Amino acid sequence: MAFLALVGAGLAKDAAFANHMWVLVAVMMGTTIVLLRRVDFGPAPVIDTSGYMDGPIRYGTIATMGWGVVGLLVGVVVALQLAYPDLNIEPWFNFGRMRPLHTSAVIFAFGGNALIATSFYVVQRTSRARLFGGDLAWFVFWGYQLFIVMAATGYLLGSNQAREYAEPEWYVDIWLTIVWVAYLVVFLGTIIRRKEPHIYVANWFYLSFIVTIAMLHIVNNLAIPVSFTGSKSYSAFSGVQDALTQWWYGHNAVGFFLTAGFLGMMYYFIPKQANRPVYSYRLSIIHFWALIFLYIWAGPHHLHYTALPDWAQTLGMVFSIMLWMPSWGGMINGLMTLSGAWDKIRTDPIIRMMVMAVAFYGMATFEGPMMSIKAVNSLSHYTDWTIGHVHSGALGWNGLITFGALYFMVPKLWNRERLYSVRMVNWHLWLATLGIVVYAAVMWVSGIQQGLMWREYDEQGFLIYSFVESVAAMHPYYMLRALGGGLYLAGAILMAFNLTMTILGRQREEAPIGGRAPALQPAE
Amino acid sequence: MSEKHVDEVSGVSTTGHEWDGIRELDNPMPRWWLWSFYATIVWAAGYTIAYPAWPLISDATRGVLGYSSRADVRGEMAAAEAQKAGYMADIASSTVPEILANDALRQVAIAGGAAAFKVNCVQCHGSGAAGSAGYPNLNDDDWLWGGSPEAIQQTITHGIRFAGDDDTRQSMMPAFADILDAGQIAAVASFVASLSGTPSKPALVEEGRAVFADNCAVCHGADAKGNVELGAPNLTDALWLMGGTEAEIARQVQSPRHGIMPAWGARLGETTVKELTVFVHSLGGGQPSTD
Repeated sequence: MAFLALVGAGLAKDAAFANHMWVLVAVMMGTTIVLLRRVDFGPAPVIDTSGYMDGPIRYGTIATMGWGVVGLLVGVVVALQLAYPDLNIEPWFNFGRMRPLHTSAVIFAFGGNALIATSFYVVQRTSRARLFGGDLAWFVFWGYQLFIVMAATGYLLGSNQAREYAEPEWYVDIWLTIVWVAYLVVFLGTIIRRKEPHIYVANWFYLSFIVTIAMLHIVNNLAIPVSFTGSKSYSAFSGVQDALTQWWYGHNAVGFFLTAGFLGMMYYFIPKQANRPVYSYRLSIIHFWALIFLYIWAGPHHLHYTALPDWAQTLGMVFSIMLWMPSWGGMINGLMTLSGAWDKIRTDPIIRMMVMAVAFYGMATFEGPMMSIKAVNSLSHYTDWTIGHVHSGALGWNGLITFGALYFMVPKLWNRERLYSVRMVNWHLWLATLGIVVYAAVMWVSGIQQGLMWREYDEQGFLIYSFVESVAAMHPYYMLRALGGGLYLAGAILMAFNLTMTILGRQREEAPIGGRAPALQPAE
Repeated sequence: MSEKHVDEVSGVSTTGHEWDGIRELDNPMPRWWLWSFYATIVWAAGYTIAYPAWPLISDATRGVLGYSSRADVRGEMAAAEAQKAGYMADIASSTVPEILANDALRQVAIAGGAAAFKVNCVQCHGSGAAGSAGYPNLNDDDWLWGGSPEAIQQTITHGIRFAGDDDTRQSMMPAFADILDAGQIAAVASFVASLSGTPSKPALVEEGRAVFADNCAVCHGADAKGNVELGAPNLTDALWLMGGTEAEIARQVQSPRHGIMPAWGARLGETTVKELTVFVHSLGGGQPSTD
């Protein structure tokens, strides 16, 4: 690989490709040296393959934690760049390159690692089977990290394509496809090897996420490279077809990556942490099939009042409205699973965090269909309201449910009796919640104000405001948004510290929450 | 797999499945949830009958309401045009001096010009029309190409050094790096600085005055007050387009930068250009009509 990359660097048709190949050479050489130093010519150690394979999961939880802090930090930086344009440092750290770095870091590096790690954790335990494919799971982990590094360095070096949430160029896309197929093989193989008669609902969601993301990734990135030793490629689509392909991908990245995948997480970790049965099996079946059937059609609502034909806009809107209840099915099953264990909200901050996550999920999945209504969209589209909506979902739902899962998994993965500090979990929860509320509320105000300023006419029918006046009016909101993001980041750093101490085997002396016995239930 | 058993807390039986200790209750779907779901489906079906929705081979269903977003926007544009039609016709049929003489029409033109300015002009001239280095301030009475209504209208219509318009305003200050030596350039910069302030080396001013008379006065005038026919700036008023320090003046003498303004006549139409003219004329530096 290192040699191939070196050849690529030598033959490169453009500077971006050459730089990017040098990055790859460095990564490969470094990995080779580490591997060579670990080569041991003694008898191969016998690996116990009877139990669950938790190595890649341990690495995955650490990666989730690390990329999460990085992605949130970049988010705070880009928020500050919007409030203070002087913070744009040309050329590598300007907003245009930092913004995809932020979105990819939080969605794919943080969210993706969380999904891979938790899916490996859940599928083994709910199938009573070791991960399929031996070291293939390690390939998935390290291959995915390589994808992240190549994507991130590509953005900063200027090698990327203009497709939102799919900015890596063609060669990085091909690599991700290989890794993703390996991921599917490991996951599906484990399910096929299961010793349970039925497939648990969490695994339906995980599997639908893996399969659909593969399809979305491949179709959206169909492109012809200008040269096999150059970074530039041209999409197979053009015009409004291209826009619709992008939003078919973009919306379902939300639907299957951030909704279906994380519902899989919820369906395992909430019943486990609450120690209660799932509320309704029937609801889980109906809302699963309704969700995955309806979600895939909702993308055109991102293109209301554009060149997209009216019929496609209508379908995008009505499928979004029909999606409301199937989305809420997950919320109901999550919240009602706690019936009979509501007292744990008082004593267990991890449950509290998961409940908060499901509550934000419910709010975001109500707000989404509402914003897809054309009359609402004509005000909200292109404004900060959209950004606020995305963040109440991403920070509230994806972030908090992931943090809850990490707090659940880490003590078990490293055989620790309990977390280093449960009180810190509580601090994390409230820092994060306050951050989200500040963020979302500020973006509602700024988004609606933007929308109203853009459509404000005087009595003679002339525009009142220029665009730049609406930009200037956003300044106080952008400062507050950075504050909200900063609070959320502070919570994540607290978590990183707490989990690191837990992994190191420390325990903080502290009074239990709620003045009762320790809140955490021992593992079963 | 475990046997079906009844959950002690809720009294509901489970489905009999168990995964890693997780069971599932056999609760029915909440009624309100199910009926809300049905309601959205019924609503969606009705909406797709009313509006364009279902793709066919080469077309799509049009919907019984006959709605089309393109027709909708055409209608709104037409309504907005109709609302403005009266005074737009008056502006279209009047010359700019006539508009200036009719205060009611002048106020309408200023509002329309301000709106057009916000969309088309603020990118260079700034939202307060105060300009910045290289982009003229339109609030003062220092005009490169003249501040009469006729001159402003001509500038907006045909632009400045704009390749796409044959009647565009043209002038190019030569690059004096090829004509004058470094000492002469420093001297003339000192002289120009002395016209509106105190030069750093007063000893150079007299030499600079001679250089100016030989090389610069032909366009900028013997009194250095400029010439709006040639777009030659007034150098005595302490208002600077490209910067007023001696170093900046010297740089402009050596290798001048020339701004370009697009021709807006073909793009915005004569009526909007008239409104913009009245608006810019109203900003503070407007001069009387030359007619």
